[in-house]
Amino acid sequence: MPSHVASNLVVLAILTALVAAGLGVRRSRFWREAARSLARRRPLALGVVALLATIALLDSISWVGGGAGAGASGDVVSLHKPRSVIDRMFPADFQERSYSAPLAVTEFYGGTPLRYPRRHLLGTDILGRDVLHLTLKGTRVAFLIGGLTSAIVIPLALAFGISAGYFGGRWDDFVFFLMSTLASMPSLLLLIALIMALGRGPLQVCAALGVTSWVGFCRVTRGETLKLRELDYVQAARALGVSEARIILRHVLPNLTHLVVITFVLLFSGLVLSEAILSWLGIGIDGSWGQMIDQARDELSRDPIIWWNLGAASVALFTLILAVNLVGDAVRDILDPRTLRERL
Amino acid sequence: MSELVLEVRDLVTTFPANGQRVSVVDRVDLRVERGRVLALVGESGCGKSMTALSILRLVPRPGRIEGGSVRLEGRELLALSVPEMRRLRGHDVAMIFQEPMTSLNPVHTVGSQVVEAIRLHERVSVAEARRRTVELFDRARIPDPEARFAAYPHELSGGMKQRVMVAMSLATRPKLLIADEPTTALDVTIQAQILELLRELQQQFGMAVLLITHDLGIVNELADRVAVMYAGQLVEEGGLVEVLRGARHPYTQGLLRAMPALGRRGEPLAEIPGVVPSPEDWPKGCRFASRCPRVLPVCHDVDPEATRLSPSHTTRCHAVAREEAE
Repeated sequence: MPSHVASNLVVLAILTALVAAGLGVRRSRFWREAARSLARRRPLALGVVALLATIALLDSISWVGGGAGAGASGDVVSLHKPRSVIDRMFPADFQERSYSAPLAVTEFYGGTPLRYPRRHLLGTDILGRDVLHLTLKGTRVAFLIGGLTSAIVIPLALAFGISAGYFGGRWDDFVFFLMSTLASMPSLLLLIALIMALGRGPLQVCAALGVTSWVGFCRVTRGETLKLRELDYVQAARALGVSEARIILRHVLPNLTHLVVITFVLLFSGLVLSEAILSWLGIGIDGSWGQMIDQARDELSRDPIIWWNLGAASVALFTLILAVNLVGDAVRDILDPRTLRERL
Repeated sequence: MSELVLEVRDLVTTFPANGQRVSVVDRVDLRVERGRVLALVGESGCGKSMTALSILRLVPRPGRIEGGSVRLEGRELLALSVPEMRRLRGHDVAMIFQEPMTSLNPVHTVGSQVVEAIRLHERVSVAEARRRTVELFDRARIPDPEARFAAYPHELSGGMKQRVMVAMSLATRPKLLIADEPTTALDVTIQAQILELLRELQQQFGMAVLLITHDLGIVNELADRVAVMYAGQLVEEGGLVEVLRGARHPYTQGLLRAMPALGRRGEPLAEIPGVVPSPEDWPKGCRFASRCPRVLPVCHDVDPEATRLSPSHTTRCHAVAREEAE
């Protein structure tokens, strides 16, 4: 299956999951009120996250052919390459030969006239690619890092944490040993080693980030399960003849959902930042904001300085992280049992 | 004599302490008949709750049922397989816990939790289970049962939650209801209502009830028979009047004297000197010997056997046995 078809299917799956989650939230009064309260507290941050998520989703839907065809310069554009919705918002050959400043008419060095004068809102990079276009495409990479890694981390941590906390004994010892071992390694070194071993594809980088970041959440899950296991309603469920599997699914897991939501939101921004650091070390994912920032190391030493590449990526990264963190804090305030009491 | 629902014989449950296993439930015998209430009385930590959990085979690790027999309508529970035992819990034997505040899962509506309890044991549709839940709520005197069905536990008061627990435990019409301090966590006025409700439903359904409590007032209110427990052993057992009016064991007598009464205002309450020894320090003789006002030399060396005072009244005490022999 071509990769762009797979990507389209993933988008479909994500949209379906979102609709299902939305319906689920509507059905339960608790989640409905939590969602409403979130929208009331952080409308702007929530809107920014939603906008960026939409951009990321639109950039993941792509197909072959159609569109602009040959551009103004008459260059032959390869139309057999799939292009996403975001790509199609720009001309197919929206590229210069090298740097150009935002809204410039001529190239930054040399003064050759541009193909698209006054059209590059944020200028172009060293290869003449439009910076606005690259920044928009970076959104998808950021969401890919945060989303895919969370999709690895959360089920892993839940499975290990719940089983260790609930069943205890030898298995708990093993899981705890595993967590302590991982936690005792410097995570950046472990990350680099894993990426060296696995390769540098997006999936591999996310897997490596997953391995290094599940421990914290797993520990929280285990501790919470240990507490829940002893609670009266779990004992009462046992006295009613409920099976262990059903107790875990119906009485333990739902009481961890708030932790899952909080962890997901807080993990997300941390992961996007980690990737920026990896990119800076040269082992990040292609097309990420981190990589754009990494490139800027040379550009900052040029004279006159080339700032738009660094600026666009940094502002985008900052906006996403700030918005996600604001939403995350609000989510924690709303769902955390300790602050919950004040709300009720 | 009516039919026997629960018959516990020589039940022993042990926990490890100091490298050996101590019996926190030591050779306990209990019998509860259909439509009757047996009150199991004793101080905190005397093994009342552990006895109840042993009957359901829910003793938490590292505790272990060591021996004896638990028969429910003649069926030996200690011999059942794990799945058989699970099917029996909630269906034939139900249990109400002390803390209504935490006995309901906060993330599900109370109605859906009762529906779960019904559908766990009976193949009925959700709609049918729902209808029965509302009916049970109504019988448990929960006002506006339809609306309460969709309420979350935190939206209900403690008394209302305990009514839900009562409704839930009666959902499948169990033969035996174990109520572990069902009213301890409630206000006095609510206590009376819940006790009234329990008695009413117990009579309607003809259940046998094992009522665990440390409150002799509740015993007087509800029980037909009383079993007094001290440090894992039954020290006295008999009919309500026999035990409350004619207590023979020094511990039971001490308990009764320690109860506050309106008529004795101003006088200091009687107390039993000393504290309950912790399980690892239990003596080889009578476990009450160190606090007993009538202690004999033999008490420190020999564990007393049960003495029959009347066909329905027994006690485990050397001093009483000697009196009876004379």
